[in-house]
Amino acid sequence: MGLTFAQKVLAKKAGLATVAVGQIVDVEPDFCLSHDNTAAISKTFAKLGVERVKNPDRFVIVLDHTVPASTEEYALGHKEIREFVAKQGIKAFYDAGVGICHQVLPEMGFALPGSLILGSDSHTTAYGAFGAFSAGVGRSEMAALYATSRIWLKTPATFRIDVTGKLKEPVTSKDLVLKIIGDIGADGALYRSVEYMGEGIEAMSLSSRLVLTNMAVEMGAKNGYCAPDKKTFAFLNGRAVAEYTPIYPDPDAVYERVLTYDASALGPQVAKPHTVDNVVPVEDVAGTRIDQALLGTCTNGRLEDLKLAARFLEGKKLAKGVRMLVLPASQEVLLEALDQGLIQIFVKAGAMVLNPGCGPCLGAHEGVLAAGEVCLSTANRNFKGRMGSAEASTYLASPATVAASAVTGVITDPRQAYAGGGA
Amino acid sequence: MIEGKVWKYGDDVNTDVIFPGKYTYKPMTPAEMAQHALEDLDPTFAKEVKRGDIIVAGANFGCGSSREQAATCVKASGVAAVVAVSFSRLFFRNAINEGLPVVELAYGTDAIKKGDTIGIDFEKGVVIHAGKEYHFPALPKEVLAILNDGGLIPHVKKLLAQAKG
Repeated sequence: MGLTFAQKVLAKKAGLATVAVGQIVDVEPDFCLSHDNTAAISKTFAKLGVERVKNPDRFVIVLDHTVPASTEEYALGHKEIREFVAKQGIKAFYDAGVGICHQVLPEMGFALPGSLILGSDSHTTAYGAFGAFSAGVGRSEMAALYATSRIWLKTPATFRIDVTGKLKEPVTSKDLVLKIIGDIGADGALYRSVEYMGEGIEAMSLSSRLVLTNMAVEMGAKNGYCAPDKKTFAFLNGRAVAEYTPIYPDPDAVYERVLTYDASALGPQVAKPHTVDNVVPVEDVAGTRIDQALLGTCTNGRLEDLKLAARFLEGKKLAKGVRMLVLPASQEVLLEALDQGLIQIFVKAGAMVLNPGCGPCLGAHEGVLAAGEVCLSTANRNFKGRMGSAEASTYLASPATVAASAVTGVITDPRQAYAGGGA
Repeated sequence: MIEGKVWKYGDDVNTDVIFPGKYTYKPMTPAEMAQHALEDLDPTFAKEVKRGDIIVAGANFGCGSSREQAATCVKASGVAAVVAVSFSRLFFRNAINEGLPVVELAYGTDAIKKGDTIGIDFEKGVVIHAGKEYHFPALPKEVLAILNDGGLIPHVKKLLAQAKG
């Protein structure tokens, strides 16, 4: 009987020939990620009475959630983190401005096929786009990992999602993942491993695949996975920090559930307030007034996202009363966007271009919403109160829908403007 | 065996309504976190919760962020246990790691209402409500060991001390 990706990778990491679904294994992750929460984690680590981080080369720390610091408290936290990494000899430290952790780890070559990556951030699931097994953990667990480098994990059952056909521009992988989450619900894949397979996935860029694995956690999944291929290996060439061995599920692996989606038949989707599974076709909410458009985050702040959005904004102005925030996911993305003239398009349209970082996605920092305001965002969560006031509303959509709507001032189906040449 | 008064909530209670993101990167003591517990879900909770009360919810409790404060604030508010049809894996792990007992009651929790009193017998693995017993599966021994030590940090401290031996 064949094994799923999750079984194979966890068996390998545990040094076992095979593992059963539900089996608890004791493993040593290849890499562990933490971000601004490292300040709190370092204090918990101190409580363990351990002087030194056991394997400093296995830890990657990225400041992205509240950068640059908007309060003295945040600034102090960042300072404590800089002191901690210097003291502990953690070399993979990316200070404020380098980018969002889930973009920086792939760029810096840590998201390796067949690797095990844990992070004190729920969207750590993203690295499955490169064929890694990656999942979120809590702060105490990260502190314990500093001390011991080991953790227990339970082997999840697996759902396979077969994607046939290819997405039709300007429909994106964001629309696909919103559709799946809407169908199966916020707990539809609770505690499962999700393997995205099929020609629709093979046809996608790595950036598009990252959206699927990033948002796997929004259907309750433990991890998401895409089979690494030529695109993956080409991206990692010159970036990979270590040698790697890809792991693929066996052809006769046993899946708890198999779902099939035809990407070619899919239209733009929108998640309405206040849950990610409250998904409707864009037509159902077209005409809804917006106050703020957000383009960026670990979900949709990559070059292809900015390029797609720019097609709707070139030569146009934001609708009266609409403000737009653009946050490239990293300095690398920002530089490429500058080279391609995308930033000029955003600024000329009247958008605010902010530094790479998480920005207003989690309401801890800049660009938050007042009571009664509506934001249309490319982010991955729209929970009540997340982006500021509990009386504000957030809708989630693709970069195309967000950009098309920023021009009209209301939620807009991006297909019409796109067919007309994009602008 | 514990017994407590119920605070009842629905499905998909997410970590943003349990502990809003705007507080996530502010240094706070557990007691300060407790003042914001469930702030955007039920503003009366933090004011009126009594030590020993029990939260009962539907499916997917604690979905969303990995923020451990969602478990810390509930524990610090005095809640003795959280009973739900299912939990997000991150909340489940964080609760165990904070020493907050979590009970997965696959039977469903619809019959349990706000203000009811329920009992939880961890040794027998039963929730007792209105004279009826509902069984729940015991935690795996690796997980139970963490909970019994009062959370992950005391647990790891103990293991490290034993290793030094």
